Amino acid sequence: MQNKLAFISFLAAFFLATLSAHAQAKEAAADNYKAYCVQCHGLEGNGKGVNIRDMSVQPRDHTDAKAMSGRSDDLLFKAIKEGGASISKSVLMPPWGATLSDEEIKDLVQYLRTLCKCQFGT
Amino acid sequence: MQRIVFAVLLGFSGAALAEGGMLQKECSSCHNITGPVAQTLKEAFAKQGPDLSYAGNKYRQEWIVSWLQKPERIRPAGMYYGDHIKVGAKSDEIDPSTLKDHVALSKADATAVAAELMKLKPHDDLIAKERIEPGSIIKQMGEMNFDKFWGCMACHLIEPEYGGLSGPEMYTAAKRLQPQFIASFIRNPQAWEPKTWMPNKQVSEGSIQKFVQYLDLLSKESANAK
Repeated sequence: MQNKLAFISFLAAFFLATLSAHAQAKEAAADNYKAYCVQCHGLEGNGKGVNIRDMSVQPRDHTDAKAMSGRSDDLLFKAIKEGGASISKSVLMPPWGATLSDEEIKDLVQYLRTLCKCQFGT
Repeated sequence: MQRIVFAVLLGFSGAALAEGGMLQKECSSCHNITGPVAQTLKEAFAKQGPDLSYAGNKYRQEWIVSWLQKPERIRPAGMYYGDHIKVGAKSDEIDPSTLKDHVALSKADATAVAAELMKLKPHDDLIAKERIEPGSIIKQMGEMNFDKFWGCMACHLIEPEYGGLSGPEMYTAAKRLQPQFIASFIRNPQAWEPKTWMPNKQVSEGSIQKFVQYLDLLSKESANAK
């Protein structure tokens, strides 16, 4: 009986540990934006980040519906994952593929759509 | 009264520090000493100073001794830059009122703390993988690599008045850091800090060696002396 109880508690602990590991694995898009994007794209997402003073190319204004609606979700995904150079844009936009999971990047693309209040082609 | 003063002095004496007392008490209130490093953004945002749990793999001992006696800011926008910036007229700006200075230590305390920090080496494996090739680079080439080819200036200063502000300044990097650490961190920042703001740009071996040489050159320029 005691053994069975110990086994059940072990299983429960294992299940909870796995659950919390997964819960930690994926960050919220707003937090990822705050951590990695704000430094260049700005607190307001308007491309006026703290780093821009000496940049030869200014970061994209994520609130610019006209420009952002001209970019597909796939293109935005590629730019975030593989960097600006992968879509023939600036190397100042680094690749975040080693930092963010594909799922987190997809969430970020959707987060960008809330900033521009736009969809591709609209 | 005299006894109290004596007890206080004893509490901060080199003898106590040699046993790691200050690291465990004073330093650990802002720095992670024991590891593991931040595994979540929540932990990363909460950092008040650099993670020191791998300090022995990262820093040059003589630099720690000298810096602790006369600490000067290395990250212009603090540890998590987002806590120290505000919306400005042209762009986001650093809000200096939110930045705190690092406490200065006596020579004896700085020496004792540095010796303790150098014992913290959980990543000898990563360091052992790096080979630093002897060589030099001309400044213009190094700068072109850093600014134009790889875009590192987006976040790092290469001189006090040129570059980005969210990352640590690079013109003192070679004075502060072991060359193998510089190479390893550029190669795979996430192996050291999974949530670091530093991206992995898949830098080639040749370019990593050039960065090490360039940072070495920058730190020797008198204009960048600190």
